[in-house]
Amino acid sequence: MIRSRRRLALGTALLATAALTLSACGTSGPGESAAGEASAWATTGSVHEQIWKTSFENWNSEHPDAEISVEWFNNDAYKEKIRTAIGAGTGPSLVFGWGGGTLADYVDQGKVVDLTGKVSNLVDRVLPSVVKNGMIGDKLYAVPNSQSQPVVLYYNTELFDEVGVDVPKTWNELLSAVDAFVDAGVTPFALAGASKWPELMWIQYLTDRIGGSEVFDAVLAGEEDAWSDPAIIEALEKIQELVDRGAFGDGFGSVVADTRADAALLHTGKAAMLLQGSWLYSSFLTDAPDFVERGGLATTSFPTIEGGAGDPANIVGNPANYWSVSADASEDVQDTVTSYLDEMVFSDDYTTQLIEGGGVPPVAGLEEELAKSDNADFLTFAYDLVKNAPHFQLSWDQALRPSQAQELLTNLDLVFLKKSTPQQFVDAMNGTL
Amino acid sequence: MVIPALAFFAVFALIPLAGVLVLSFMSWDGLGTPTWAGVDNWLRTLTSPETGNAAWLSFVVMVASWLIQAPISLLLGVFTAGHQRYRAVLAVLYFLPLVFSAAAVAIAFKSLLDPNFGLGSALGIDALAQNWLGDPQLALGVVLFVIAWSFIPFHTLLYQAGVKQIPASLYEAAMIDGASVWTRFWSITIPQLRYTIVTSSTLMLVGSLTYFDLIYVLTAGGPGNATRILPLDMYLVGFRSFDMGRASVIAVILVVVGLTLSLVLNRMSGANRMESQMEGA
Repeated sequence: MIRSRRRLALGTALLATAALTLSACGTSGPGESAAGEASAWATTGSVHEQIWKTSFENWNSEHPDAEISVEWFNNDAYKEKIRTAIGAGTGPSLVFGWGGGTLADYVDQGKVVDLTGKVSNLVDRVLPSVVKNGMIGDKLYAVPNSQSQPVVLYYNTELFDEVGVDVPKTWNELLSAVDAFVDAGVTPFALAGASKWPELMWIQYLTDRIGGSEVFDAVLAGEEDAWSDPAIIEALEKIQELVDRGAFGDGFGSVVADTRADAALLHTGKAAMLLQGSWLYSSFLTDAPDFVERGGLATTSFPTIEGGAGDPANIVGNPANYWSVSADASEDVQDTVTSYLDEMVFSDDYTTQLIEGGGVPPVAGLEEELAKSDNADFLTFAYDLVKNAPHFQLSWDQALRPSQAQELLTNLDLVFLKKSTPQQFVDAMNGTL
Repeated sequence: MVIPALAFFAVFALIPLAGVLVLSFMSWDGLGTPTWAGVDNWLRTLTSPETGNAAWLSFVVMVASWLIQAPISLLLGVFTAGHQRYRAVLAVLYFLPLVFSAAAVAIAFKSLLDPNFGLGSALGIDALAQNWLGDPQLALGVVLFVIAWSFIPFHTLLYQAGVKQIPASLYEAAMIDGASVWTRFWSITIPQLRYTIVTSSTLMLVGSLTYFDLIYVLTAGGPGNATRILPLDMYLVGFRSFDMGRASVIAVILVVVGLTLSLVLNRMSGANRMESQMEGA
């Protein structure tokens, strides 16, 4: 009796497990139809969510026989899911991405199709420097679908007035501003160290200003000991000098970017400056509308460095997000989504909607439209920054292959925490080349 | 009757496990076709300073978790099994963490411990406004504390049940013989709880090998790699670096260590010959 009851319990448990497992399989359902009908996977949480939704809805109502279904994912969850889905051939027909090392992996494995010449209307609409980031060699594998996201220097004008400091234009001015704010008991720079990736923005701008964009090109090309470049070592030394001066405060390791705690430090008057992506501007609008309205928030570009080899107009960040077309999709589906890209992405409506949402479209000739918009000052500033940049460096964690990117994030964090010396960083990173 | 059970066990446990073992000898980035790599993954993993550091941290977490949790759970278990009047109210409070999900616990602690916007700055207590999760020296201690906070209630429950099973006649006899509270605790409660202690310790030690969700949400292995224990290392290598071969090596190591540990604990303690201690009850 006891034995059969135990078996019953075991059987029930197994049934429950089976049911759970089967229902878990069910959630990956839509991907399985990749070869049959057109689908897209997109990420949630940005100003684009509504724009993409509208654009797909418009396409579907105009083309009832060639509809594109959309699945939405959280950013981090998407990054993990998409790679295995594409590897298994169950990915969507339109693949959302960031360009860089992951795109290069897709191309190596023949997972995305060559779009060269197939989306010429879209390419004509978009800034060439942004299109270039979707190219591997001289072929186009990904096309932009979002705002340009240069990294800019936000600052709190009220704190600058209070402490009596001028906005730093050069590195030396930046250092004296840091000292002045520390003396006044204000954290000079908010930095979301717990998220690690905001630390990249510092090493990227410093390396570019000191040594020019060629330094990182050598790393990307996998040249031996490319990380040993003196510009990178100097950049790391400057970072540790900032840490020593208290430029990021004591608690930067606890600040999280996902919850926008770094932006909160700025608009609550706890920190004076913040080096972050332009995407944060729309967050300031929603999180601290009063602060923005009374003129508390302003932006400038990263300071120049005396004697540096890099062009001071160079910028870093994300030129855009991108769409690629899956090679596993059928020819019909490939044609459908390619026409969608060519017709709908950065159409006039699409671009207008993006500007209204506070984003900077990487589209040529928008000066007048931006000047008339609600956030004219910021949008014009960011647009000119992108338009006039001789070089737009993609975030290093996206540009590198995933395995190198992870090493980079950990080792850079150790430099900020002063657990590694610049030389230890360089040695560790050279090992990944 | 056994066949469906065996089939499920094979499909959902044995075959994936064998797959991981095979994958640990292959090189696969999650995208292309896996290629044979021989012992390369094993060599790289065993000589990697990162994984070495992760193994050491896992060991520290395992031992420290046991040292913190075991005595506290035992004492709380004995206390909540007593007959004090306010015991029920306190017991309910102690057991609250048991019903919270690990992710929710981690998010809550992360917000509370934030030096700028957390509890310390809200209450204006500087001592609380430390850089708890951002300082490599403090982070591991904080993680150990949060783990203890989440898991002590469960082990308290085990001990409470264990204490309630001890026949009252044993205590009565001891009291007639004039044994003090202290003697009764050491000579009756502890020996009678022997198997509870073994079960609870096994769960603590082997369980600490698999802590993932709590630490992942709390620190994601940071700052730097100060809290990057083996399960996190496995996850980051597998699903961030997409080096599935090396991640499989770490997975195999975790399985082997976990199994060995529970077998050895069972052997050593004689729990495989477990029998009722309630003579005469």
